[in-house]
Amino acid sequence: MSHSTVANLSPIGADVRIAIRNLNFYYGRFHALKNVSMNIKSNKVTAFIGPSGCGKSTLLRTFNRLHELYPQNRITGQILLDGVNVLDKKEDPTLLRARVGMVFQKPTPFPMSIYENIAFGVRLYEKLSHAEMDDRVEWALTKAALWSEVKDKLKQSGYGLSGGQQQRLCIARCIAIRPEVILLDEPCSALDPISTAHIEELVHDLKSDYTVVMVTHNMQQAARVSDFTAYMYLGELIEFDETDRIFTKPNQKATEDYITGKFG
Amino acid sequence: MRNATPEAVRIYRRRQRRNRFHLAMSVFGMGFGLFWLTWILWSLLSNGFGALNLSLLTQPTPAPGAMGGLANAILGSVMMVGLGTLVGTPIGILAGTYLAEFGRRGWLAPTTRFVNDILLSAPSIVLGLFIYTVYVSRAHHFSGVAGALALALIVIPVVVRTTDDMLRLVPDGLREAAIALGAPRWKMVSLVAYRSARSGIATGVLLAVARISGETAPLLFTALNNQFTNWNINAPMANLPVVIFQFAMSPYDDWHKLAWGGAILITLSVLGINVLARIFFQQKHH
Repeated sequence: MSHSTVANLSPIGADVRIAIRNLNFYYGRFHALKNVSMNIKSNKVTAFIGPSGCGKSTLLRTFNRLHELYPQNRITGQILLDGVNVLDKKEDPTLLRARVGMVFQKPTPFPMSIYENIAFGVRLYEKLSHAEMDDRVEWALTKAALWSEVKDKLKQSGYGLSGGQQQRLCIARCIAIRPEVILLDEPCSALDPISTAHIEELVHDLKSDYTVVMVTHNMQQAARVSDFTAYMYLGELIEFDETDRIFTKPNQKATEDYITGKFG
Repeated sequence: MRNATPEAVRIYRRRQRRNRFHLAMSVFGMGFGLFWLTWILWSLLSNGFGALNLSLLTQPTPAPGAMGGLANAILGSVMMVGLGTLVGTPIGILAGTYLAEFGRRGWLAPTTRFVNDILLSAPSIVLGLFIYTVYVSRAHHFSGVAGALALALIVIPVVVRTTDDMLRLVPDGLREAAIALGAPRWKMVSLVAYRSARSGIATGVLLAVARISGETAPLLFTALNNQFTNWNINAPMANLPVVIFQFAMSPYDDWHKLAWGGAILITLSVLGINVLARIFFQQKHH
């Protein structure tokens, strides 16, 4: 049987933020996502797990159409954000990216001050006075649990921060433009355990206001922070369910083998 | 730990011998290069140091046997190098930006890059002849503008190349991060990629300035020379390299002395520009 169509795919209810339907993705000739369909719920943390090369990052990067940067990429199917297909060419990718923010595996502070890093994104969408911008920067940094550490050095370069701080700066930068969905692409894989704990705590707090989707290599992390978990293998969505269920009573033998470490 | 076998010892000894041989060759090569360089600098300093005085900077080039300096040549060089850099730098940066940021697909960028590399290694006398043909021969007079254009043609490929190289060193992750925030491409390039590459690009511009400061051949056919102090860029203009060339070939001792003085001035300013370039580039890496 094909795992591709998840059996228990429910209709798109009011609590669904992103609905993916029959998504296929090709890097040139390589078929990287095979007929993926799933519902991602509002104000929950959804984790994508699976071995390297299974397509979890590829899937995440279609949510804000980042794949379009590379012309050899091709996509079919639908991604419905609040019911609207964002892959539609008529939809503006810039406005989509205002609603769907992203944080990457490696911290990517811009070559400018901490303050400017945050203000950069805000200025793309809003004209704020100095005082309003100050407030927004403080708000975003507070939300990303970084304010107390950087409030005295906002004018300094973002490169002067530690890796974990840089990653929280990137989260703050993403939050500052007030998106609805936050995509996290292995946000802790370049960080030490203490910084990782900080970020995980932060992810947990973020879900009251945002829908969070994260890719992780770390199964314990998925178990700790996510409400829903998707297990992917070779471009197929093998199983998608509540995290508790995936980690205790998975439906598929393949999922069980992966999470118990027999494979992967 | 296991003892080394005789075989392993033999391989190790051979590797040591080869290492010593190659190290010796490298040191010899370095010494050979340094020897000529120090000789050049030494003869420049010993001959030219006596020529350095204030009148060098204040008085124009003299007739044989008269008192004078190099003021007109310095002025002409500064004006033409400045104008050449001003014309060549924006073109070079824009073209380099196209190559690195916008021309990633298709044949245009690789072809342009290839042609640019040819231009980069073209003999400068060819560029001088080119400007002579398309500008000087039609305007029917030599001029500072023509000289500056010839120098700009040397600046462009250098700046194109460094801009292209430096922008391509900017990690794609940084570009993706800016795009993911919803920044349009031109803002990503102008606000993020340029900032990340700016010390490298500035270094490239400075090195181009250093390169054209000493160019003689392209100025021979374009700016020619002028014995008098001249602020009019549409007239023939004096410049250090051509003055050095003419004075050094002359039979007059005081002209020889001025040529040495000019050579020292060029060398020192190029050295200064190189030091500046180093400082710029290091700012990026700390």
